[in-house]
Amino acid sequence: MYIRKFYISLLAIFVLFPKVVFAQPTPNPDTSNWLSSPGIIGTILLVVIVLVIAIFILTLKASAYFTQLQTRTERNKKIEFGERLLEMDETEIDSVLEKRKKAVSYRLSGDELGSNLEVDDSRGIIAAITHEPGNPLVDEKKKSPITIDTPFHLKKMITWYIGAAVFWLVFGTLIGQYLGLKFIWPEMDAISWLSFGRLRPVHTNAVFWGWASLAMIGLGYFVITRTSNNKLYSYKLAWYAWWLMNSSVAIGSLLLMSGVNNGGGEYREYIWPVALLFAIGMVLTFYNFYQTVAHRKIDEIYVSNWYLLGGLGWTIILVIIGYLPMYQDGLGETVIQGYYMHQGVGMWFMTFTLGLIYYYLPSSLNKPIYSYSLGVLAFWTQMLFYTLIGTHHFVFSPLPWWLQTVAIVFSAGMLIPVVAGTTNFLMTMRGSWNEITKSYVLPFFLVGVVFYFVGSAQGSLQAFRFTNFIWHFTDFNVAHSHMTMYGIITFILWACVYAILPKITGREPKQIMVGMHFWMAFIGLFAYMVSLMVGGTMKGLSWIEGKPFIESVILMQPFWLWRAIGGTLMFISHLLFAYNFFYITGNQRNPMLHPKINGPDTENRETIYPGPKNKTVTF
Amino acid sequence: MLDFHKNHKLLVGTALFGFLMLSTFVALVPAFQIQQTQPLPSMETFSEEELKGLHIYVQENCMSCHTQQVRNIEMDNTWGKRPSIPSDYYYSKQRQDLWRQSPSLLGSERTGPDLTDVGQRQSGMEWHLLHLYNPRIVVKESIMPSYPWLFDLKEESKIRDTDHLVPVPQEFLNSSTKKVVASQKALNLVAYLQSLKQAEMPQNTSVSFIPSSKENESFDDSDEELLPDGENLYMNNCAACHQADGSGLSGAFPPLAGSTIVNDENPETLIRIIMEGYDARPEFGVMAGFQETLSDEEIAAIVNHERSSWGNAADAVTIDEVKEIRSFVNSLK
Repeated sequence: MYIRKFYISLLAIFVLFPKVVFAQPTPNPDTSNWLSSPGIIGTILLVVIVLVIAIFILTLKASAYFTQLQTRTERNKKIEFGERLLEMDETEIDSVLEKRKKAVSYRLSGDELGSNLEVDDSRGIIAAITHEPGNPLVDEKKKSPITIDTPFHLKKMITWYIGAAVFWLVFGTLIGQYLGLKFIWPEMDAISWLSFGRLRPVHTNAVFWGWASLAMIGLGYFVITRTSNNKLYSYKLAWYAWWLMNSSVAIGSLLLMSGVNNGGGEYREYIWPVALLFAIGMVLTFYNFYQTVAHRKIDEIYVSNWYLLGGLGWTIILVIIGYLPMYQDGLGETVIQGYYMHQGVGMWFMTFTLGLIYYYLPSSLNKPIYSYSLGVLAFWTQMLFYTLIGTHHFVFSPLPWWLQTVAIVFSAGMLIPVVAGTTNFLMTMRGSWNEITKSYVLPFFLVGVVFYFVGSAQGSLQAFRFTNFIWHFTDFNVAHSHMTMYGIITFILWACVYAILPKITGREPKQIMVGMHFWMAFIGLFAYMVSLMVGGTMKGLSWIEGKPFIESVILMQPFWLWRAIGGTLMFISHLLFAYNFFYITGNQRNPMLHPKINGPDTENRETIYPGPKNKTVTF
Repeated sequence: MLDFHKNHKLLVGTALFGFLMLSTFVALVPAFQIQQTQPLPSMETFSEEELKGLHIYVQENCMSCHTQQVRNIEMDNTWGKRPSIPSDYYYSKQRQDLWRQSPSLLGSERTGPDLTDVGQRQSGMEWHLLHLYNPRIVVKESIMPSYPWLFDLKEESKIRDTDHLVPVPQEFLNSSTKKVVASQKALNLVAYLQSLKQAEMPQNTSVSFIPSSKENESFDDSDEELLPDGENLYMNNCAACHQADGSGLSGAFPPLAGSTIVNDENPETLIRIIMEGYDARPEFGVMAGFQETLSDEEIAAIVNHERSSWGNAADAVTIDEVKEIRSFVNSLK
């Protein structure tokens, strides 16, 4: 019945909709841009709607058919059961009934689970028991019970990669914090090296190429060796890459502060010789990762490695395209800029980080990923959709209208990899929600995954023409980029660092410090995000109303203040993170000789439980 | 055949090839195509000074807060008389030198105003120099950084005739004896900013704004004249120099509050100054004319706002009066 109604309404849509779309007063329509005209796009949409409905109907039919099959089988079963009953003799039936009667009337006595006897743990199974948790403010979290036997060289390298990343995080966000304060006190200083225009790219590049990239690569080395079941192809190359990338960020930051700027295109402000250092580092890293996978000792390439190799390879191509000069005069540069800045985020940070989640999330939960196939689907759609959407940063600009339309359409398409990824991660977590409250790692994962969905979906919506109308050029953009680069990437990286570092060094961070790190970063980000979103929207509306520009500056003042407050919380949380990092990695004399067992505390463990030598648990 | 999960060469090869193809389609081809754009016939190349100014603009990364694109939507009409087109960027977006690429002038944040047409809107050199030295001299609420390193502080005795003095008010100076002199860098930067004007389109080629969905209120033919909001227009076009309260800035821009020209019974001088600009008094900066940028209705609205605010009390003018003066001004040419 309702299918018929559906057909009728569908018919109505078909009859009415084209009239709405095509009723345009232009006498002589311009046919040069036919593909981007609303009529054509509308038609394509309609065809897609028909397709979707066809699939929908097909699904309904198929489902009805399967239901029918199922009822038939059930009916057969019932008949079979009846026949069996008829065949039984009376005594048999009596004994069955007797058994059932007893079962129904059974009651528990009340002391099945305990007794009056005193507890005696003669085999020493219970290790840590306390009625006074270490701190009264936060939950006692589960300690990481497993230590992973990691080759010394790999361990050292990962520690140094993450260490450098931590330095750039603190440096980059210190600059960011300073910039945020300049919105409130523009006269804070009058030194050329610290002026807003020069420092802004120092902040963005330091957290992009310094913090996120180095942390990602460091964490990636562990994944690539572990899932290839082999050692790293070359430690030497990895160290060269470390030096190249760090010097690139250091030199680049100094040059930017002294006023040497490639041209102000976001995330390619380093001049090419400096970017080249970074690019060589990337090529070395890619080669190293690729060879490690090529020499793997298992048959399959784990899905994480798809993302890691894809991210590295794509980014190398991206940087080359971004810096070659042949097509970058006039608006050619702007086409490339839209492509470059979006792919920098999408093909490098997002892709690589997804690869890290596919390894670190299931391994922290100690279970496999929910669906390997979804991961593969997300990988290919990530490549297809993400690559095409860069121009959505230039909607309504003088760039070709068709390019803007492609960007908008595929921005909506981004929902496919995002939904696939989010589903995969949440389904992996399903059934382990309990673990989240007990772990200091999983909350970071949960926040990261939720932001992966929210931030990406919001980005897709922001690409639409109407939303661009209101939000483009306002502080809303800044909110969006922090929601994604911070909410997704940074939170996931923290999750991975806390997941792996204690396991390879054998030293757990102080839980209260991790808890404070989490909550300050989270609350800070929220304050930052919400204030700029609200302020950005109000700013956009004020522009549309045609109010004087300076009024939009004045109305932003309170929101900029809230942003600075949020930013301060975020920055303090990074200091705590740095402290935790040093706590985890510091003072590890022969940690592998005494593998960590679930013990009362680190200091007394040795005396109470002298661990067996060199016998370690691996996962 | 498609054993991506076992064949690393195939996996990486396909991923890289696919990405390269997509990039060619979405970035390389359109970039090459749009690079073929030619400049408009009315556009001029940069002078050496202006080009150096552009490089300072990039060096200080002004693009991080100022856009240079008038989008084809109605709200952007404030920033230019027509939407930007690819030709507009022909001269400004060329590779700078061996080390630095074509500047990303279009920008992505509008923390400060769009600068596409700032040379038209704000043509006075004094204003720009004061604004660069410390933006809060001329715009109290501004959050733009000061650029004191583009200026020199000199003892009065050492100032030469060729030096360009900037009339910075005393409260913005630390030293009482020294004067602010614009460096060549500042002058170049200002030259570049003054050169930012939207070029005329060749006849009748129309590039127009997509109107906003909000319907314009229809004018009915009753006796009352419906003028646009004069205060808004004043804030957008005049307040940067004459200040929101009409007080001007001593040594740079004359006050409008209590001004005899503004309060004159006959508004002709006032309207002609707005149209033609003003450079008769050496103690003040030069004012550019707004003949091209403001319509008769807009001029009438601004004049009425000026004549009825800050203690001024003169009669309102009508659109017809403005029209008459415009045709007179045109006949002088």
